[in-house]
Amino acid sequence: MTGGRIVVELDGVGKLHPGGVRALHDVSLTVRSGELLGIVGPSGSGKSTLLNLLGTLDRPTSGRIAIDGHELDRLDDDELSALRARTIGFVFQQFHLAPGLSVVDNVADGLVYCGVPRARRLAAAAAVLERVGLTHRSTHRPHELSGGERQRVAIARAVIGRPPLVLADEPTGNLDSRAGAVVLALLHDLHDDGTTVVVITHDEDVARSLPRRVEIRDGRKVVDHSERTPA
Amino acid sequence: MTTDRPRLDPSRTSPGDLVRVAGDGLRARPMRVVLSALGIALGIAAMVSVLGISSSSRATLDAQIEALGTNLLTVGPDDDVFGDEGHLPDSATPMIGAVDGVESVSAVAVLPKVKVYRTDQVPEAESGGIAVMAADLDLLETVGTHPVAGSYLNRATRDLPVVVLGHTAAARLGVAGVGPDRQVFLGEQWFTVTGILAPTPLAPELDTAALVGWPAADGLGTFEGHPTTIYTRTDPDRVTEVRSVLAATANPASPDQVSVSRPSDALAAKQAADATLDSLVLGLGVVAVVVGGVGVANTMVLSVLERREEIGLRRSLGATRAHVRHQFLAEAVILSVLGGLVGVLGGVLLTAVYATAHGWPTVVPWWVSAAGLAVTAVLGGAAGLYPAVRASRMSPTEALAGR
Ligand SMILES: Nc1ncnc2c1ncn2[C@@H]1O[C@H](COP(=O)(O)OP(=O)(O)OP(=O)(O)O)[C@@H](O)[C@H]1O
Ligand SMILES: [Mg+2]
Repeated sequence: MTGGRIVVELDGVGKLHPGGVRALHDVSLTVRSGELLGIVGPSGSGKSTLLNLLGTLDRPTSGRIAIDGHELDRLDDDELSALRARTIGFVFQQFHLAPGLSVVDNVADGLVYCGVPRARRLAAAAAVLERVGLTHRSTHRPHELSGGERQRVAIARAVIGRPPLVLADEPTGNLDSRAGAVVLALLHDLHDDGTTVVVITHDEDVARSLPRRVEIRDGRKVVDHSERTPA
Repeated sequence: MTTDRPRLDPSRTSPGDLVRVAGDGLRARPMRVVLSALGIALGIAAMVSVLGISSSSRATLDAQIEALGTNLLTVGPDDDVFGDEGHLPDSATPMIGAVDGVESVSAVAVLPKVKVYRTDQVPEAESGGIAVMAADLDLLETVGTHPVAGSYLNRATRDLPVVVLGHTAAARLGVAGVGPDRQVFLGEQWFTVTGILAPTPLAPELDTAALVGWPAADGLGTFEGHPTTIYTRTDPDRVTEVRSVLAATANPASPDQVSVSRPSDALAAKQAADATLDSLVLGLGVVAVVVGGVGVANTMVLSVLERREEIGLRRSLGATRAHVRHQFLAEAVILSVLGGLVGVLGGVLLTAVYATAHGWPTVVPWWVSAAGLAVTAVLGGAAGLYPAVRASRMSPTEALAGR
């Protein structure tokens, strides 16, 4: 697995926020295809900033980033959007589901910018909902679901287009430990299928269950080790 | 390095998906949709109904004019030259009758200073604005009217003290029917009312007239028998041609002292004069629509602010700035056109109710509805432009954070 294709490459990346806050200093990081990686660190250490850069939602103020072989500084805004549409799936702590749409429509929206016709989107959504075990909730609205179920819907939406890279920012942050465990198991499932997964967490139990962990402190990478065969 | 760069399949969404996404956004907030489309709906309804009602009344008038015929020409002395005392030469009637293309000619002559009263007790001043006229026997066929009661003058009655009243004249004199006991006091003697005419739209002066036979008029006041108005029916295809020679025919010596008019034109022109109120309501409609457009803009600005997280999410799903911009533009246009659609339907309904109540056909020209919808589409685009551009320029991370 360590020999896989490079999916994420950061080289001396820094981020200075407009307000003058330096959120990241000189971070270098390589993630290979098929890895499952946890990013941990105290609040305000720059984890979300890092994930936004990995997800091309924001650009670094220094250093270079390549995602799936694309040098980001050579891509314009539309090309970054294309990269997000096809290569990256996002899972957020706040789920970000559309309250007015049914579960299956929310999931199908994950393909709406990929040029996939609606009928095929709905079929794909049904399939991926089965995978996260929510077929029986397809026609419900998000507010009728528990937090854990909502996050599973969000995961289904993130992976409906089979992106090679899934980024999750505190996916279990709003969930109790049982619901969190189900969500974590789904991320492990994705990893088992060969998807590269990056998870931000400050839950030590979650972090311990991941094969590789990167620790961030005050915007710097302080620890990066793999524990593929724990002692 | 550039050459081995993998190709990127761009983000794509179909126009159908664009409309669906925009519709989803609106369906999530139905109350807001209703309220912000309402202003536009009211404005469009006002405009459509004003145009519809005036079209319907015009259609009625056109049909009426069509039925009355547009081939009646009226010849008289030019009022500016003679005032009320003017008249035409005696030869005018037969001369006009001989013109090629004239189908019938009939003259009347106002009897100067002769008045008609309900009784012999009514003071001189209260003559009720009724003109006493001597009239030819074929007058009704020429002007296109008929008696509603009794009968018109004929060979037997034209020498007798009998009178036929115009529609308004009969009402003013309080004469509701005909018969030997229905008498009016005309030029110092009693005349029997033998007929009452229907309203005569093409010769409204006859509505306020009391008509007597030409011989009977002789000796009333200072009457000299000169015609004052000659009604002329022409071949419908030769109206213009006949009209151009009438003045010279009626008074070859001084044709500039003759006025020739076409009453059907005057009827149509009167309708145009009634249009001032229409333009007022139309103007109010425009104001309402513009205010409605501002309402849509306001709603969209609010919507964009409230839905930052959705915008951020869509960017994370691969939406380009253009996709976001188009989504909000489409929402504004749909919102506005929805208002326009309701407005057009409401306007047509209002027109139908008003027209039916007046016994008119309901006529709303197709272009009125089409223009109403087109205006709202453009308005929606204009109202949505600024919020849509704002939405598209949000940074994805800040939008996701709700900032
Ligand atoms: N858009 C922004 N503008 C200015 N400062 C920002 C912005 N986003 C983040 N920051 C600052 O950058 C630093 C890192 O923030 P970040 O959100 O990456 O931390 P985090 O590790 O995700 O924290 P948490 O665990 O609380 O989510 C913080 O000091 C934060 O205040
Ligand atoms: Mg964070």
